Amino acid sequence: MKTHSMILLTVTRVVVFVIMIFAVQLFLMGHSRPGGGFVGGLAVAAAVVLLYLAADVKTVQLGIPLDFKVLALTGVLIAVATGMGSLIFGQPFLSHAFGHFALPLFGSTELTTVVIFDTGVGLAVLGTALTIIDTISEDISEDICRWKR
Amino acid sequence: MMNNIVILPLLIPLVAGLLMGIARGNIPLQRWLSVLSCLFAGAASLLLVKQVFEQGIQTLAMGGWPAPFGIVLVADMLSSLLLVTTSIVSLACLLFAFRTIGSEREQYYFYPLVQFLITGVNGSFLTGDLFNLYVCFEVMLVASYVLLTLGGTRSQLTEGIKYMVINVFASSLFLIAIGYLYAVVGTLNMAHLSIRIAEIGQTGFTTWVAVLLIMVFGLKAALFLHFWLPGSYSAPPAAIAAIFAALLTKVGIYAILRLFSLVFYHQLGITHGLLAVMAALTMIVGGIGAVAYWDIRKVLAYNVIIGVGFVVFGFSLFTPAALTGAIYYLIHDMLMKALLFLLGGCVIWITGSGKIREISGLISNHPLLGWLFFVTVLALTGIPPLSGFAGKYIIIRASLAGGTDQPGGYFLAAIGLLCSLMIMYSLLRIFLHSFWGENTLSLDMEKGSIRGLLSPCLLLMAVGVFYGVGAELVYPYIEQAAVSMLDPDLYIRAVLPEVI
Amino acid sequence: METLMAVTIGILFSIGVYLLLSRTLLRIILGTSVIAYGVNLLIITMGGLNKGGAPILGGEASSYVDPLPQALILTAIVINFAVTAFLLVLAYRTYLVTGTDNIDELRGIDDE
Repeated sequence: MKTHSMILLTVTRVVVFVIMIFAVQLFLMGHSRPGGGFVGGLAVAAAVVLLYLAADVKTVQLGIPLDFKVLALTGVLIAVATGMGSLIFGQPFLSHAFGHFALPLFGSTELTTVVIFDTGVGLAVLGTALTIIDTISEDISEDICRWKR
Repeated sequence: MMNNIVILPLLIPLVAGLLMGIARGNIPLQRWLSVLSCLFAGAASLLLVKQVFEQGIQTLAMGGWPAPFGIVLVADMLSSLLLVTTSIVSLACLLFAFRTIGSEREQYYFYPLVQFLITGVNGSFLTGDLFNLYVCFEVMLVASYVLLTLGGTRSQLTEGIKYMVINVFASSLFLIAIGYLYAVVGTLNMAHLSIRIAEIGQTGFTTWVAVLLIMVFGLKAALFLHFWLPGSYSAPPAAIAAIFAALLTKVGIYAILRLFSLVFYHQLGITHGLLAVMAALTMIVGGIGAVAYWDIRKVLAYNVIIGVGFVVFGFSLFTPAALTGAIYYLIHDMLMKALLFLLGGCVIWITGSGKIREISGLISNHPLLGWLFFVTVLALTGIPPLSGFAGKYIIIRASLAGGTDQPGGYFLAAIGLLCSLMIMYSLLRIFLHSFWGENTLSLDMEKGSIRGLLSPCLLLMAVGVFYGVGAELVYPYIEQAAVSMLDPDLYIRAVLPEVI
Repeated sequence: METLMAVTIGILFSIGVYLLLSRTLLRIILGTSVIAYGVNLLIITMGGLNKGGAPILGGEASSYVDPLPQALILTAIVINFAVTAFLLVLAYRTYLVTGTDNIDELRGIDDE
């Protein structure tokens, strides 16, 4: 099945970036307003799924040479590691810290460990969603034959 | 009282599992991480047992959000002891898996999945929040779905589908019960639930929700609603079946023990009476099943069901002595069922068949395996001084303590003793048929070598014998667990210090 | 509103149970999903269907919506999503291996 829709492909080229930027916006708003890593990750996943639809799975995977399972696991690991940071400081697990720092370009900015946690969550959601899509979309009948030998 | 050690039994397997998943190709590293994770989690759990014994119940409010607003982890004696047992059992099963599980399953995330399963089990033991219990249950179940179907043989797939659908349906019922409880009392923190339900009294509707929860955990623990268990526990390889038999149903039992001692203890006649009836039926049905089948895997699976019935029978009496016996028997059952499944796995590994009639005379080439199996049978039957005896003795004595005022106790005790006979008969039949008799299988005809397979069995047997012979040493800990179960105030005061 | 929700939940449950009791694997999986939707609806109804501002953010609102049922449902939806996805792949695989999607023909180990 190699019929690419020209209209879909053209629109996708633009829309993917809009979705991506919206995802980043959602992600950064996360720790004090609606949004966060979960939704951000899902939005990025939606963008990739759109790419899957417009182009085909193989082409997109050439462009994104990542193992999504590893991505998901790394994401959870980052999130858990943020929680473990609080163990070192003798705080309850998953305690978060924030502070205001004077950064060169942004002026006084609020930085918080929640963002690191959210990054982990985002990666985990992105990885899981894409792994599920990949697994469902690929034809597993070849896989079965290999297992059965 | 904040204590970060409480999170460690949950955190160590989780991190280990994640690292293993990332290092997918490196099997030796995964094996080392599995062993280390079990050892460290076990050490943390032992430390928890010590701390709980000396200082009382330990809690940890996640992220510093105090209960009942945040998620709280609670380690009392019951959960700490179960955590230690979980670590021992999973270590033995993993050592067994190193030699038997095969490189294909290793490639497809076997070790990370076991760690995630342990994460879910430990999380269920530790959590102090009903919804979090649901989440930990799901973590455990999702890992078990994959472990059950990993390998994709025909029987695994067909049994896996049924197991999954039943568990998904049971989880939906669990969520319904959670929703109703939240509507009635407006909280899901277990300590808070206990306070609120004590305040409003356990009315008809709340008791109905409690009965719904009995059905949910009855499905998960194979308490009378056990129809899914024999098939799904005989489909996967021995190491996985042993982990399932030792851990999965026990988490369901733990949930019953926890909820019906801490929250729903006002209508003993209804809830605990129902539990007693279900336990009696479970023992009878399990016993009949164990006697009826001629397939090793099926016989062992029905033995799991009998064990579940016996623990819940002890719990349903709800006296201090009976609870002590139930907890003692629960831990014994975890250790011995894992051992039994591993030994049964050895027999199947050697002969390549689970049919009792097709196997005979194994003892001439495998004396150690044979005698280990025999001692395990004695322990499960309850021959002193092995570990099954103390638990059964305490429970039976407690059920007779009511005298003629409570004739139900006599019935239960009779059924319990009858089931011990059925356990002995069903397992000795395996022993007599497969180990005695004419040796039909020479060493070079065997399907697999059991070199190294007996060391995890010996480890479990050593722990089991210590647990039986050293019952006096363990008793104070078990007794503390029973005392704190009967006194919900201890739990509530630890979780919500400012409320009381 | 609660009555309407109760009726809706009841309908969802009956559809779900009906599908669960059918013989085709795909219908059974759909049945578990429909029941899960019913459960989610039930939890949100149990939390109270009152009108009010968003919790935490809506500073001036006079009443707030209970945020907890929403958090519970979000978690439940995610878990159900993952389990359903796995179940679908498993069902497809079972179909490929056994050549049938009829649950009656999917017997496991042969008993004696």
